[in-house]
Amino acid sequence: MDPAVSLEKVTCTFAAKSGEGHYTAVKDVDLAIAGGEFVSVVGPTGCGKSTLLNVAAGLLRPSSGAVKIHGEPLAGINRRAGYMFQAESLMPWRSALANVTAGLEFRGEEAASARAKAEGWLERVGLAGFGDRYPHQLSGGMRKRVSLAQMLILDPQILLMDEPFSALDVQTRQLMENELLELWSADRKSVIFITHDLEEAISLSDRVVVLSAGPATRPIGEYVIDLPRPRDVSEIRLTPRFIELHDRIWHAMKGEVLKGYAQTRNRTSG
Amino acid sequence: MKRRLWFWQALLLAAIFGLWHVATAPDLLPPIVWDNPDRAAFFFGEPLKMFVVIRDWFVSGEIYPHLWVTLQETALAFVIGSLLGLAIGLWLGLTPFASMLLDPYIKAANAMPRVVLAPIFMVWFGLGIWSKVALGVTLVFFIVFFNVYQGVKEVSPVVLSNATMLGASRRQLLRHVYLPSATSWVFSSLHTSVGMAFVGAVVGEYLGSARGVGYLIHMAEGAFDINTVFAGILVLTVFALVLDFAVSAAEKRLLVWRPVQGETEPQL
Ligand SMILES: Nc1ncnc2c1ncn2[C@@H]1O[C@H](COP(=O)(O)OP(=O)(O)OP(=O)(O)O)[C@@H](O)[C@H]1O
Ligand SMILES: [Mg+2]
Repeated sequence: MDPAVSLEKVTCTFAAKSGEGHYTAVKDVDLAIAGGEFVSVVGPTGCGKSTLLNVAAGLLRPSSGAVKIHGEPLAGINRRAGYMFQAESLMPWRSALANVTAGLEFRGEEAASARAKAEGWLERVGLAGFGDRYPHQLSGGMRKRVSLAQMLILDPQILLMDEPFSALDVQTRQLMENELLELWSADRKSVIFITHDLEEAISLSDRVVVLSAGPATRPIGEYVIDLPRPRDVSEIRLTPRFIELHDRIWHAMKGEVLKGYAQTRNRTSG
Repeated sequence: MKRRLWFWQALLLAAIFGLWHVATAPDLLPPIVWDNPDRAAFFFGEPLKMFVVIRDWFVSGEIYPHLWVTLQETALAFVIGSLLGLAIGLWLGLTPFASMLLDPYIKAANAMPRVVLAPIFMVWFGLGIWSKVALGVTLVFFIVFFNVYQGVKEVSPVVLSNATMLGASRRQLLRHVYLPSATSWVFSSLHTSVGMAFVGAVVGEYLGSARGVGYLIHMAEGAFDINTVFAGILVLTVFALVLDFAVSAAEKRLLVWRPVQGETEPQL
């Protein structure tokens, strides 16, 4: 079977800010996510995680390389994917409810049924009764949850999530993680989940991909997470196998994190 | 605190009128600047007489048709100028080629002092309200246009990408992302553009018309009736303040989604 998403030798080169020269963020990245697979991508800040996700979403055309969705080359926007952005992405002029209904509205769904569905989704992300608030009247974590509902209401087969829960407190975060796992296990969506948090990556995923520090980022390690499912994200962290995996992956990552930090600093100061 | 401020503001106003009265009333002060005691009143008017003019205007109802005409011109200039600015701003914001092509012309048109167009508009549209509306439109248009253009350029790319991922077509992006974003910029320039529409109306009337508050001022000036000139100015000022209040109220209702700095409910 063809993988749900496959990046083949993807390279992205940006023009440098100063106007001269180029910056190769990611180079020759091969990454395949099988149908129904939950893959987390971890890597030092600025290495090119969001860039890869934009490529998979069809928002960014790679400088070279190919993107295939269920075996078909991707042209334009990836219509099968839902994308939860790292930065603020809600429409500030729409209330939370209207933001959640937006996708259905674009698809021409009737207002009343869209509204009913959106109310259900707001409840699922713990925001029942916040529907008439505008984004600026919500906390950062609440806005993230609205974004989650906004994406999930369209029931995409592929979920692209860019650090979706990093703005949440630990408790809410674990609630949302469990909710996501439950949803995912119900109809096995394919997920690319980006995070800074290795524990989160391990507790959610089937596979964790570690990226090297930039420039010319590429995957430097792939770890199959053979923890049993269904999982509870807070309980699984206490199991010996989890700790073992965590140690192994962290060991591989540590050097890259330090390298990434030093490079980002040099680029900004130099 | 707020009431105290009101009190002092009212007192300041009274003081200004008081000073004005004392300085201009003939024979009240010994002549210092002019040897003729009526000179000061001739140049600067007398507040008491000015108030009499205003009272007569409102009591006889003579002022209402003039105010109504000025209001109509202001409103029409504002609406037409804003719609044109919105449409053309959106269009140029979204078509880089057209905007590059027209850029120098737009800059030139904006730099030109548009009041000089008033006589041309009078030839084209006659002495009725439309020549004033046209003048107001040229003033309002550029304010709205530049704001909308800016607004289109500064739509958050993430919001745009998000809407795209949610399945918005190009038309839907225009309708649901660019337009709301651009409109919010129009509203942020609402005070300026309403003010400009008003300026266009009054200046147009002043330069040639048979009605409107600007016309009243112009007529009084022709007759060296300085008190009526000041009365007209005062009525215009109050009128502009009322307009400004109305705009603030409209703004508050239309831009509920906008974050306001330090917005909390005071505890009662
Ligand atoms: N449009 C662009 N133009 C120029 N450089 C870019 C552009 N987008 C990304 N970059 C550069 O590419 C690199 C990767 O960026 P990216 O946003 O993918 O990082 P990231 O891994 O998501 O980081 P973080 O974890 O902090 O979100 C960065 O060094 C960034 O400066
Ligand atoms: Mg990122």
